[in-house]
Amino acid sequence: MAVGLTLIFGVMRVVNFAHGDMMVWGMYLAYVLAARAGLDPYLSFAFCAAALFVFGLAVQRGLVDRIVDAPHEMQILLMLGVALVMENVALLVFGPEPIRVRSPLGAATWYLGPLYVDVARLVTFGVAIVLTAALWLFLYRTDLGRQIRAAADNPYGALVIGTDVRRVYAAAFGIGAACVGAAGALVSPILPFQPSTGLALSVTSFNIVIIGGMGSLPGAFVGGVLVSVAESLGAVFLKPSLKELASFSLLILILIVRPSGLFGRRAS
Amino acid sequence: MALLDVRGLSRRFGGLQAVRDLSFSVGEREIVALIGPNGAGKTTVFSLLSGFLAPDSGDVHLGGQSIVGRKPHAVCALGLARTFQIVRPFPKLTVLENVLIGALVRHPHRRDAEAHARGVLDEVGLAGKASQPAGTLTLSERKRLELSRALATEPRLLLLDEVMAGLNSTEVERTLDLVRAINARGIAVLLIEHVMRAVMSLASRIVVLNYGERIAEGRPDEIASDRRVIEAYLGEPDVDAAVP
Amino acid sequence: MKWAGALAVLGLLALPLALSSYALTIFIFIFFYAFLGQAWNIVGGYAGQLSAGHAAFVGIGGYTAAMLSIEHGVTPWIGMFAGAVLAGLLGALIGFLGFRFGLRGFYFVLLTVAFAEVCRILVSNIDAVGGALGLYITFTGNPRHFQFQDQRAYYYIAFALMLFATGVAALIERRRFGMYLRAIREDETAAEAAGVDAFRYKMLAMVVSSSLTGLGGSFYAFYLFSLQPSTVFGIPLSVEIIIRPIIGGAGTLVGPILGSFILTPLGELSRHYLGQSGLHGAHLVAYGLLLIAVVLFLPNGAYPWLRARLARAGRAT
Repeated sequence: MAVGLTLIFGVMRVVNFAHGDMMVWGMYLAYVLAARAGLDPYLSFAFCAAALFVFGLAVQRGLVDRIVDAPHEMQILLMLGVALVMENVALLVFGPEPIRVRSPLGAATWYLGPLYVDVARLVTFGVAIVLTAALWLFLYRTDLGRQIRAAADNPYGALVIGTDVRRVYAAAFGIGAACVGAAGALVSPILPFQPSTGLALSVTSFNIVIIGGMGSLPGAFVGGVLVSVAESLGAVFLKPSLKELASFSLLILILIVRPSGLFGRRAS
Repeated sequence: MALLDVRGLSRRFGGLQAVRDLSFSVGEREIVALIGPNGAGKTTVFSLLSGFLAPDSGDVHLGGQSIVGRKPHAVCALGLARTFQIVRPFPKLTVLENVLIGALVRHPHRRDAEAHARGVLDEVGLAGKASQPAGTLTLSERKRLELSRALATEPRLLLLDEVMAGLNSTEVERTLDLVRAINARGIAVLLIEHVMRAVMSLASRIVVLNYGERIAEGRPDEIASDRRVIEAYLGEPDVDAAVP
Repeated sequence: MKWAGALAVLGLLALPLALSSYALTIFIFIFFYAFLGQAWNIVGGYAGQLSAGHAAFVGIGGYTAAMLSIEHGVTPWIGMFAGAVLAGLLGALIGFLGFRFGLRGFYFVLLTVAFAEVCRILVSNIDAVGGALGLYITFTGNPRHFQFQDQRAYYYIAFALMLFATGVAALIERRRFGMYLRAIREDETAAEAAGVDAFRYKMLAMVVSSSLTGLGGSFYAFYLFSLQPSTVFGIPLSVEIIIRPIIGGAGTLVGPILGSFILTPLGELSRHYLGQSGLHGAHLVAYGLLLIAVVLFLPNGAYPWLRARLARAGRAT
């Protein structure tokens, strides 16, 4: 999830406030697929990723592309608008009640000796690692991937050597959206969700990305781990409802001490 | 006592020593030029002097007062104003408002500041464009705007960073006259410049930088024939124009 | 232009005589959100520091006044100033952390959001101030408790608040403070080089903005008789605060007011008519679409665009 955001921000320096809402749409898509077509989300996540890839492409081409050169405030506001629309369209279509997708895997547990292992979470973790690895391979081994990284490092330079920057941006945004769509589908049996979840997810992904470092893929991964650990610790030592306090405090601390994050390079 | 006294100024960035033990001075009514090949550290010196960067070591005195480590706005209030190599106007504000920002330092009340700002615009020749948004100006006009904004702060020392770059010969002439007029009013000028014609005709003294160190200092004719300077610039077409 | 303004003020003063109770409510919200938007405008519009956590100040202001009233019987007329002070202090803290450490643009936005969320979570979990359920104010109808039987009193108070905030903004705009803020918004580095102490003026703007917003918190508490942490510290409220000045024209005096006149009726009416048939959130979709449209086509907001259009039309005739 955070990996997707890093990609979008790292490449285009566009801050995507609608990130969480895209994930929620992924979740709702998985839900619909499960309810109508009986597709288990652990299978349909690929489709969700593809669907959101297309959606991301559309958003990028139609909206973000126009303001790539505009001051950052404008980008923030634009994505905020998109987030508003997405959240409330979901609200109109699905209503405000929280739902969860049913999956046979969702409730399964394995007994590894003395430990109960929540299969769903294990599978999600596994798939996340696989996807991250695949993404890493893509970015470092394929031409398009290299172009994306080049554009992230030096947009002007990339232009000079003939990269179709527009296409690269579109690809980056699309892939970022796809990541999030997949994440949404994978998580839909575990996390009860409603339209307003989008906001919380966006903020969480920003937390993760800032802590890990904008524009850094390993950073996003480490950030994700850190934030989940912080929240779990928070839930254990403080009251459960205060767990977000832990990650927010961490965010504030990092913003003050080292805004570029743990792995990030200093952006402009 | 010199107006600007720089002693042992040093600054490094990571592994690169950008400025190394630099010392020079600028007198009350002097025009001094700071020249050197690209990357010699000239703009870094400006940033160090104007408070945008803090030196690792060294001292800077303006009119006897130490200004090392002070923030840019404080340095400006003490009488040192700078322009930027890549001009930075306030695009959505009008030309007058741009200069007004500078004038407000010494004239906190809007009306006084406005009167002063208009005076500066007259001097610089932009009075006709006073109510135009700064973003619509041509490059040469923007350079003059940048200059007038700095001028409006009523500095004792003006730091001009490549103010001639990108101008055609008429514009260069006009700017030369302007700088001379400003200097005649009693304002000292320290300028970074690549346009040698400007350097030679304006400066009474030249300080030459290479790899962050001062390699020569002297009058224009001395510098033009200095072996070390010529070697440092080897390959730079501008130097040929300077050597008579 | 001034005449139009004066006429509008007179008209709005006389309006309550002709309005139904429901229409009155809409106007109260128009004025109230215009007030909040104008307060935000000082730091968000003029100084260009996008704060997306301004709800925190509403919350602090409201909770302070409410707690003082409930626990200590302090009249809200005094309590609201206490609320404003506390909100100002929080604003100073956020401003200090943000500006001292050079957080700009997106990072600053995130800082403000983080603080607002922290406040929300903390307040939700402190039972002494009502926890997640919030605070409720008993209805007495007593003016000394900032409660009025007649809706029209609220109308005039909200109207006065809106005028007050606009007055503050106007004062700032005209003086050196306002010019410096605009310079900072345009190019902070260049402003510094021209003698502007950016940190100082950003802090000032933040404190003024947050205190003013805190004042509004009290109105909120005593008009609606209840405060819930999720509503009053929440991001949806922050969005409501910033969207009006942004659409109306950030950094202008008329912007927040125009924005509120456009969006508030839209919101209230769609909530009223569509909400009943189960279509929640339709107005927010409209907000989102409007925001997108404004960013793409009218980046300076509705008011500057209108002004330019009228100027061009005036020249053509």
